[in-house]
Amino acid sequence: MIQAVLAKRFPTGRDSAGFDLDVSFKAGQGVTVFFGPSGAGKTLVLDCIGGFVRPDSGRVLLDDVLLFDGEAGVNRAPRERRCGYVLQNYALFPHMTVRENLEFAAYRLKAMERHRRVNEMLERFRLQDVGGRRPHQLSGGQRQRCSLARSLVVVPRILLLDEPARGLDAPLRQELYDILRSVRADFEIPILLVTHSLEECFELADEMFVFRDGRIVQSGAPSVVCSRPVSLDIARLLGMYNILPVEIRALDPSRNTSLLRFGEHELQGDYYPGHLKGDRVHLLVSPRQLKAEPAEARRIPANSIPGCLERAVSTPDGMRLEFAGGLQVSVPNGAYYQTKDWIIEFPTRGMTIL
Amino acid sequence: MEIDWFPLWLSLRVALVATAIAFAGGLAVAYILANGRFRGRDLIDALVTLPLVLPPTVVGYYLLVLLGRNAWIGQLYEQITGAPLVFTWQGAVIAALLHSAPLLVKTSRAALESVDHSYERAARSLGASEWRLFWIVTFPLAWRSILAGVALSFARSLGDFGATLMIAGNIPGRTQTVAIAIYDAVESGQGHVARVLVLVVSAIALVILTLANRLGGGWFPARTPQAQ
Repeated sequence: MIQAVLAKRFPTGRDSAGFDLDVSFKAGQGVTVFFGPSGAGKTLVLDCIGGFVRPDSGRVLLDDVLLFDGEAGVNRAPRERRCGYVLQNYALFPHMTVRENLEFAAYRLKAMERHRRVNEMLERFRLQDVGGRRPHQLSGGQRQRCSLARSLVVVPRILLLDEPARGLDAPLRQELYDILRSVRADFEIPILLVTHSLEECFELADEMFVFRDGRIVQSGAPSVVCSRPVSLDIARLLGMYNILPVEIRALDPSRNTSLLRFGEHELQGDYYPGHLKGDRVHLLVSPRQLKAEPAEARRIPANSIPGCLERAVSTPDGMRLEFAGGLQVSVPNGAYYQTKDWIIEFPTRGMTIL
Repeated sequence: MEIDWFPLWLSLRVALVATAIAFAGGLAVAYILANGRFRGRDLIDALVTLPLVLPPTVVGYYLLVLLGRNAWIGQLYEQITGAPLVFTWQGAVIAALLHSAPLLVKTSRAALESVDHSYERAARSLGASEWRLFWIVTFPLAWRSILAGVALSFARSLGDFGATLMIAGNIPGRTQTVAIAIYDAVESGQGHVARVLVLVVSAIALVILTLANRLGGGWFPARTPQAQ
């Protein structure tokens, strides 16, 4: 379990914008993903925990060991912290073989024990055949595994991963996720993972923290964060919603419905408690929640609006239709016809407003 | 005419000893300059570089004042070893040291600083002490450039003239280094001796510099101010 309260201020300089980190969080066993845009302070938090950046104030408590306490003047050196840190570029020592890289980490163990442990890790991370190679002779995936293996030879108190999937192609990413899942299961330590990929959050995260401008703006299970972003900003950050300005025209708690005005159209939605008639809000609806069909179809479905198709883009699992005004709809392959006028159908349940 | 090779051997011996001392001390200073975050770092760097840009006679003068038989360092040395430092080959070593150490510090510092910091971070997070980090990670990654610096400073200490003349004098067979011997030969009209020594010294320096260039991968300390 790690508990951290961190504050660090970088004043505005001549050639740098100021930055203000102010976070407070707890993370237990399992994978906690730090999600957010570049420059939001995710890696800085890892650096503060690893001991490479000294916070201005705060506290870092890992299990029952105090790593940093601004008030008490405690600031343990990185080497005393036992934080396994997998850096973005893996930082494998280029003049050592894979085996030597692992042995470097295990040098405090007795020779026999070290040999056993290094072999165990080489095998576990499927590196036994490349133990004698130097890092530059390895593939990207092997490098990644070697870096992970090295930081786990001596079991750390926490594992810090800085964008581990960066630069890996899809199959290698899947392999990495499998490895990390097995690490999560076998090593009972907190794992903090920095990323700006939602895919990683869903693949790995037990909990995700959304970072924005040096703050944690939302936390929770990825499915919860993504279905209920607490602010428009986070909804935009997640990049998975159509965000439409609407005005609430009617609210009916007895039938659990509402009437929303979007442009010159009216849509039906859930009842939204805490809002009043006349409120101008934003409707979040993902491209998958919408349906689209060509306008020449016989019937016009309820709760739908006409749309003028601007672009159709192939995606791994179908097509993404982009309409005038920025509305996006995902349709399965085969549901696409070359026509300009479409009818877009909204669901009556499950849309969020902010 | 018979050529006296003693000055050449003496110069090589002086350069070797000076480079060895410069390596041990210079590496430590380079490490501190590369890693230390303290006030006065720039001042130390400037002080270390100073002998490279000062006229050799100024350096020689300082040495005489500091190490002469009336100065306390000179007296301390005399008490420990039983012989004065001035006008001995050991004095020439000090003079050579002052000209070679700055080069070595400069090149070593650049070499140490050029090692990607992520390796040092990784080593620290893996529990390595600073000592282990230096000798097992940083130094092996920087050794080629450092060795290039060693070669450079050896070549430089081979050729010192002014400071050596002032602190060690020009005693044939005892403190006359090759640079001084060449000057002597020219002054006394022994052009043949001068020519041979000049060619030999030039050849040695050329070999060493080529070696240094190959070690440093063609990298040369362009930022280092060159005196003389």
